[in-house]
Amino acid sequence: MLRQIDGSFAVAEAIALCRPAVISCYPITPQTHIVEHLGELVKSGELPNCEYLNVESEFGAMSVCIGASAAGARTYTATASQGLLFMMEAVYNASGMGLPIVMTLGNRAIGAPINIWNDQSDAMSARDAGWIQLFVESNQEAVDVHIQAFKLAEALSLPVMVCMDGFILTHSYTRIDMPTQEQVDRFLPAFQPRQVLDTADPVSMGAMVGPEAFTEVRYLAHYKQMEALELIPKLAEEYDAIVGRDSGGLLKSYDAEGAETVVVTMGSVIGTMQEVITAMRAEGGSIGAVTIRSFRPFPKDQLREVLKDAKRVIVFEKALAVGLGGILSSNVRWALRGLTTTPVYSVIGGLGGRPITRPSLRRLFEAGSKDQLEDTHFLDLNIDLVKRQVERERSRTGSGPAAENILRDIGAVRAAKTA
Amino acid sequence: MGKPEVITPKHTAKDYKSAVKPVWCPGCGHFGVQSALFRALAYLDLPPQQVAVISGIGCSSRLPNYTACYGFHGVHGRALAVATGLKLARPELTVLTVGGDGDGFSIGGNHFLHACRRNVDMTYIVMDNEVYGMTKGQPSPTTPPDWDSKIAPGGTGINPFLPLAVALASGANFIARGYAGDPNDVARMLVEAIRHPGFSFVQVLSQCITYRPEEKEWKHSVHASPEEPATTMVAAAQRLVGEDSLTTGVLYKGERLSYTAHIHPVQRSLAEIEESFVL
Repeated sequence: MLRQIDGSFAVAEAIALCRPAVISCYPITPQTHIVEHLGELVKSGELPNCEYLNVESEFGAMSVCIGASAAGARTYTATASQGLLFMMEAVYNASGMGLPIVMTLGNRAIGAPINIWNDQSDAMSARDAGWIQLFVESNQEAVDVHIQAFKLAEALSLPVMVCMDGFILTHSYTRIDMPTQEQVDRFLPAFQPRQVLDTADPVSMGAMVGPEAFTEVRYLAHYKQMEALELIPKLAEEYDAIVGRDSGGLLKSYDAEGAETVVVTMGSVIGTMQEVITAMRAEGGSIGAVTIRSFRPFPKDQLREVLKDAKRVIVFEKALAVGLGGILSSNVRWALRGLTTTPVYSVIGGLGGRPITRPSLRRLFEAGSKDQLEDTHFLDLNIDLVKRQVERERSRTGSGPAAENILRDIGAVRAAKTA
Repeated sequence: MGKPEVITPKHTAKDYKSAVKPVWCPGCGHFGVQSALFRALAYLDLPPQQVAVISGIGCSSRLPNYTACYGFHGVHGRALAVATGLKLARPELTVLTVGGDGDGFSIGGNHFLHACRRNVDMTYIVMDNEVYGMTKGQPSPTTPPDWDSKIAPGGTGINPFLPLAVALASGANFIARGYAGDPNDVARMLVEAIRHPGFSFVQVLSQCITYRPEEKEWKHSVHASPEEPATTMVAAAQRLVGEDSLTTGVLYKGERLSYTAHIHPVQRSLAEIEESFVL
């Protein structure tokens, strides 16, 4: 059924179609609308047989999910940014124990300085936590991928994090083709937990595992993620067969085959990029793009196949490994190991919600196409501001907090004072 | 109880106010708390740079930005722990931790317990509006159990937290409750709280007229305690557990000694240390 709704409502309704038995939540921008709408659906009876609990913190939310999932319930939560960081110990626990929890991450920057706007730093902080991480490009994909996420999680007994750009997706109203309950029921059977409370065979979970088996338990998690590389495309096909929509598998190509310059990215920014790339192609440019859907597990062989003939790769990401550069780009370089002639440019952009505009992307792609980019490039960086602060720190002991100094330099503090 | 002390500032409130305008909703109780705080600081004649205002996350936690004092806006729920570190490093500063009921009693609840227990000399002001305002209207630990919201359909169904009783049981040395609609009364309380040694806890009922418009009624229902502050835990417990959560005043003044910082250990020479091991 076609609906015109915002991303958060769309995800909430998709989750409800999956018949979760326990939802645990704590408010944090920009995901609060998702769990609030689920609360409304529970209250109205549209989501029956669901225990819905608002708890005292994100740490509590994930811990409740762990308890519920360990007891055999299909379990869901959502968070963002600082919330993910605060629950991180439990995030590792969920994956270490192999609990098929599904969590939405409304991607948002991490402070300090405090920032509520979109980038993907939060997801990157959990990249090695053992969760499957799927990035969506649109709200339609968010709906479809969440439904597949439960099936994927439960098939492998691994938790799945669905990452969607905060505000850009969570708060935008778009046309959504919502699957029917009958279709979702056909795709996603009732949860058959791998580990379940059985009074006839009691087991204590979370036992201490020493050096004698820790490596094996860890390797098992890795092995299962490798299995996910095969399962994710299969589930997309199954979903397509029932719902009639190809929602994508591990990655998606936008005219990448045969293009000399290929842009690799994740999430919603591909929307703006497609417009720029289409315009450049119309003018004879040889450029295409790939979006990574499955960041964990990382589809390195599939990506290598798509990129093997590219003359250069521009990796655009909304996160920064401070002291290294790009995170996604490091993964892409790993996928291209051995193809030493293919330069991989790492581009960091959109941090803390900085707009990623078509003119900026156009300049970036044109420079990249001529191999005029440095290894790590920061899109629309005002380097003069940084230099000014560096100089201040060099010349004055006690130069004060950096972020506030920079805000003063751009006049933001004065503007706020006189507003 | 004698006639209340009239607050006549030596400094003026302006000395503590930054030029950043609050983004609180018109009618928000936090304006009253801010005003009371500035009056109290002025009365105490504290230079703004000798006052540190520490907060976590939430509407009320924006307060440090609105002061000309030393401000620190930290992460959700951790304000008391940050303030503890700050006070230990700079014991001469007057340390005020400010925040809301969600920040202090929910996500930061464990720090509340241990800050009371540790009894570091600071004042904790919780602007309690019984709701999460910044994320637009979710229940907090002090919200009535039957308050319906999207995130807690039909209400939370669980008993509200009793912050004052919890503070007492955890070891707070000064416990008071004010109402944001009476800034002069809150200012008097804050003066006492800041002067009192150890961990002082002041809950200020601070109405959120946007998400809890029913709190406008507080102006009719809050009432001053007719009694002097309790001075023993037993007497305070009898008051705080049985009361209606709308009684204002300084309700408990304890006599615990403040936690003492030992950040400048006595320097001993190697010879002196060795001497202590001589058999």
